[in-house]
Amino acid sequence: MINSNGIKQKSLIQRKVTEQIFFILFRLSALICALALGILFYFLLQKGISAINWTFLSKPPMEAMTKGGILPCIVGTLGLSLGSILVSLPIGVITAIYLTEYAKEGRILTFVRLGISNLAGVPSVVFGLFGLALFCTLLKMGVSLAAGALTLSLMNLPVIIGSTEEALRSVPDSYRYASLGIGATKWQTIYRVVLPAASPGILTGTILAISRAAGETAPIMFTGAVFFSPSMPSSIFDEVMALPYHIYVLATAGTNIEKTRSLQYGTALVLIGLVFIINLGAIILRTRIRNKNGK
Amino acid sequence: MTRDEKEKKIRQFFICMGFFCVFIMTMIVIFLFSQALPVLHKLSLKDFLFGEFWYPTDDPADFGIYPLIMGSFYVTLLSACISIPLGIMTAIYIAEIADKRVREIVKPIIELLASIPSVVIGFFGMVIVAPFLQSIFDMPSGLNLFNAALMLAFMSVPTISSLSEDALRAVPDSLKEASLGLGATHFETIIRVMIPSALSGISTSVILGMSRAMGETMVVLMVAGGAAIVPESIFDPIRPLPATIASEMGEAPVGSDHYHALFAIGLVLFIFTMLFNLMAAWISAKFKQRDSGF
Repeated sequence: MINSNGIKQKSLIQRKVTEQIFFILFRLSALICALALGILFYFLLQKGISAINWTFLSKPPMEAMTKGGILPCIVGTLGLSLGSILVSLPIGVITAIYLTEYAKEGRILTFVRLGISNLAGVPSVVFGLFGLALFCTLLKMGVSLAAGALTLSLMNLPVIIGSTEEALRSVPDSYRYASLGIGATKWQTIYRVVLPAASPGILTGTILAISRAAGETAPIMFTGAVFFSPSMPSSIFDEVMALPYHIYVLATAGTNIEKTRSLQYGTALVLIGLVFIINLGAIILRTRIRNKNGK
Repeated sequence: MTRDEKEKKIRQFFICMGFFCVFIMTMIVIFLFSQALPVLHKLSLKDFLFGEFWYPTDDPADFGIYPLIMGSFYVTLLSACISIPLGIMTAIYIAEIADKRVREIVKPIIELLASIPSVVIGFFGMVIVAPFLQSIFDMPSGLNLFNAALMLAFMSVPTISSLSEDALRAVPDSLKEASLGLGATHFETIIRVMIPSALSGISTSVILGMSRAMGETMVVLMVAGGAAIVPESIFDPIRPLPATIASEMGEAPVGSDHYHALFAIGLVLFIFTMLFNLMAAWISAKFKQRDSGF
């Protein structure tokens, strides 16, 4: 059709048809994402579930890692991720308090924020290099639980800062004014009023950071994790085995790659199960907080 | 100590600690440079960046990272070709088309996709996707650029789609309603009004997604094939920068040329991702989305 200005115009039907075609495409792409997750789960469950039994979860690897279980890896992963949180939580919360309560808008704040956002963008393998050079070599920690956890904690830091900042900002200013108004100092207000009110949100962010740390491989490859360790770690300066690194080693470097296939699936399933359970906890907690705030 | 003095001390403490991240960033830069620069005693910067051969354990060793850079470049580019349309279209679906009940299901799915550990995605690419590609395309190996790009795409889709969705949601309703009121269809409103208005947020999401794909290690380590060559087809095996560091650092003796060369690769990777991140920060600051139509 040509309209009165001489401009070619599509009929309404044509426009509606175009709309429908594109809407189908949009639906399809969401479906593809969901499908990808579904396929991944299907194969991991189908091939991995048979490998999981009590022996698998409670015994160390045996016979050159072709049999036995993954207990040291589970312990190692828990140690690394909880250890990293122990370091990054206090520092992250302090930084977030600075950002929300003490910092003034201006160049310095922009600079600090740029530092945080860039830290969040540093590739995980570069954190590994940094941890190797600083903790393992310069501070002479060697490949150890402590060095791995410290490296992971630097990676977690931006995650903790982000979620804590959000939690602190969601505390209404009226709380602060009320506390300051009855004569509390700024620090008393933060410590006694703002932090308790923000604590569920901070906890959610912390849980998410734990799950992220549990799944990371590249930062601990040269700093904390080893192929095989004959005994459980007894101090924080011992090297550890970890679930993600165990999957990588079994799948690529083992002498019996085909023979240990079901162990690989089993380990992947345990790792993903661990991460999802932790995540689910955080999601449930977050929903509860939102519902409570909504009331 | 009086109350005021104590408050002042606490204030100073927080201000000092506020700089911790900046301090860590500075340390990372210093360490990368100090461990990387010794490689320049061996060869010139030009030979390092544009040398075509990476044979770090030969005698004499070759430390040319051009094929590694190209590997990273192509795999990031190809994964972006998949993840950008997929991520943005998913974002449009979630923000505009899906009704509330469906959205409550689709959003957590995307979040779960983001939380899958990269080593699991790499493992999946190795044991499921690679044999599948090998059989349908009749190739010698399914571990190649295409497979790696596909896996990386699924890692960057959640970043792109959730940030783009936020950007689309921030478009003021008045703009949307004005367009619909003029007789535009919903699709025309999305394409001509909402996307242009959310463009800064969407481009930030794309850059951050690509930066994540470029720095991702485990997927390219396990799935890309590991050959240090400049790829000629999308089914060639490659060896991107992060994969090289991760696979060789265990064997390089501390302080050797190889060790320093791997730190230099880390520095190159760091500079690339930093440029991406600064670009994203610049775009979102310069073209700040307006909350109202005016």
